[in-house]
Amino acid sequence: MKIEFILNDKPQTIDVHPARRLLDLLREDFGLTSVKEGCGEGECGACVVLMNGKAVNSCLVPAGNIIGNSIQTLEGFKTTERYKVIEKCFLEAGSVQCGFCTPGIVMATESLLSENPHPTDDEIKESLSGNLCRCTGYNMIFKGIRLAAERGKGLW
Amino acid sequence: MVDGFRPALLQEALKIRSEYDCTPIAGGTDLMVQKARGFALKPDFEKPLLFIGHLPELHKIIIENNQIHIGAGALLTDLLNSKKIPAIFKEAIGLMASPPSRNLASIGGNICNASPAGDTLPYLYAVNATLVVMSAKGERTNPINEFITGPKQTALRRDELLTKIIIPNKIFDVNFYRKVGQRKGMSLTKAAFLGMADIENGKLTDIRITFGSVAPVIVRSWEIEKYIIGTPLREIKAAITEIQNQFEPLLRPIHDARSTAVYRKKVSLRLLEDFLKNISKEK
Ligand SMILES: Cc1cc2nc3c(=O)[nH]c(=O)nc-3n(C[C@H](O)[C@H](O)[C@H](O)COP(=O)(O)OP(=O)(O)OC[C@H]3O[C@@H](n4cnc5c(N)ncnc54)[C@H](O)[C@@H]3O)c2cc1C
Ligand code: FES
Ligand code: FES
Repeated sequence: MKIEFILNDKPQTIDVHPARRLLDLLREDFGLTSVKEGCGEGECGACVVLMNGKAVNSCLVPAGNIIGNSIQTLEGFKTTERYKVIEKCFLEAGSVQCGFCTPGIVMATESLLSENPHPTDDEIKESLSGNLCRCTGYNMIFKGIRLAAERGKGLW
Repeated sequence: MVDGFRPALLQEALKIRSEYDCTPIAGGTDLMVQKARGFALKPDFEKPLLFIGHLPELHKIIIENNQIHIGAGALLTDLLNSKKIPAIFKEAIGLMASPPSRNLASIGGNICNASPAGDTLPYLYAVNATLVVMSAKGERTNPINEFITGPKQTALRRDELLTKIIIPNKIFDVNFYRKVGQRKGMSLTKAAFLGMADIENGKLTDIRITFGSVAPVIVRSWEIEKYIIGTPLREIKAAITEIQNQFEPLLRPIHDARSTAVYRKKVSLRLLEDFLKNISKEK
């Protein structure tokens, strides 16, 4: 099926099977390896990217569902001021250990802050509830997000 | 074979549905997992896919004649953000999956998947939701308890799509929902209980009780509800055991990896007790 969509702000046209997972399309066809496959079943959040600005599990998205939509991965988000704030704050708070969950968590953070620039602790926990981390124990991640919301005032 | 169709309009989708044996796919959050083949592999579908998640006709949430009409393609996130959706229904939806999956999953997909653990179902059964299904030939309506015929089974015909869910625009006086899962976020339901009631002059004038995940389909008993209606609030506590006994044979949970049958039944009857105790405290 012919699929037209926007990837990291650039229009793309590809011809792929419409059941192909967005996750595989991004990693294999476009080499965007920030997108990770953890579980392949929507449970872990390692594959989270933005579709029209909202966090989605790319392992659950068939290619047929991205037609006309805008997809953003960490590779595209990396160049923004908002990313730079998140990176600094995550480093400071120790939000990253092995890093496998981090791209998904950064994209979920962007999705949260763009909708709700001043989240409460409970709102942070709730919106990150689909992102598993085997290393940090989460508190350092929540702290990083709180810091980003404070320091990034006005960016979201 | 064609791999898939992505019509721009509902009418075109219905036409394709009448001409081809195909699998409708909305958000794909159920289908992509059911058909997954493993790491880095494309899920395999036997039939061509009919993409319907983007159809604008399926996304409306409107109030008409004091009823709420919900498009089958409405996302769980849209329902949570809508001022038109009753709070108790949102409570159930807010406990489903995770925010990134709720940005994909549709209400129609949850209904058509017809899982005994489908978390929109206890509420939809409790309010007698009417489902509108369409084919190229026209539309028909079905009460939800007739639409879902068994676990993973519905009365949807091969040329039809679910287009709309109609629920009353009404809020009950007492609202009680509990989902029992492995943990608070991101867990599939072991047992779910929903209770709602209306009270007037110290008496129950309406009651709705539904159980999820404890039988092949959602459990609701119009007979038992009828038996309870009219009970004065001060007599409810004394009637709890009798009401539990009436429901007991209707709860036929399975024993699986998620939970044991004994636990599911016990916890469901305890939640019923909790709900009835809550009512008895109402003024
Ligand atoms: C990680 C994870 C967690 C989950 N947690 C929960 C949970 O807590 N509670 C819960 O209830 N569910 C849960 N689910 C299941 C799923 O997300 C929901 O059932 C969801 O609402 C399905 O909607 P969808 O649009 O993604 O359906 P799809 O996968 O697109 O479709 C599901 C089925 O419905 C059919 N269908 C869809 N729309 C229509 C239509 N309009 N007309 C006719 N047929 C149609 C499809 O052919 C398919 O058979 C979870 C899933 C995942 C992956
Ligand atoms: S790989 Fe998609 S959620 Fe785990
Ligand atoms: S840092 Fe290792 S999984 Fe989160």
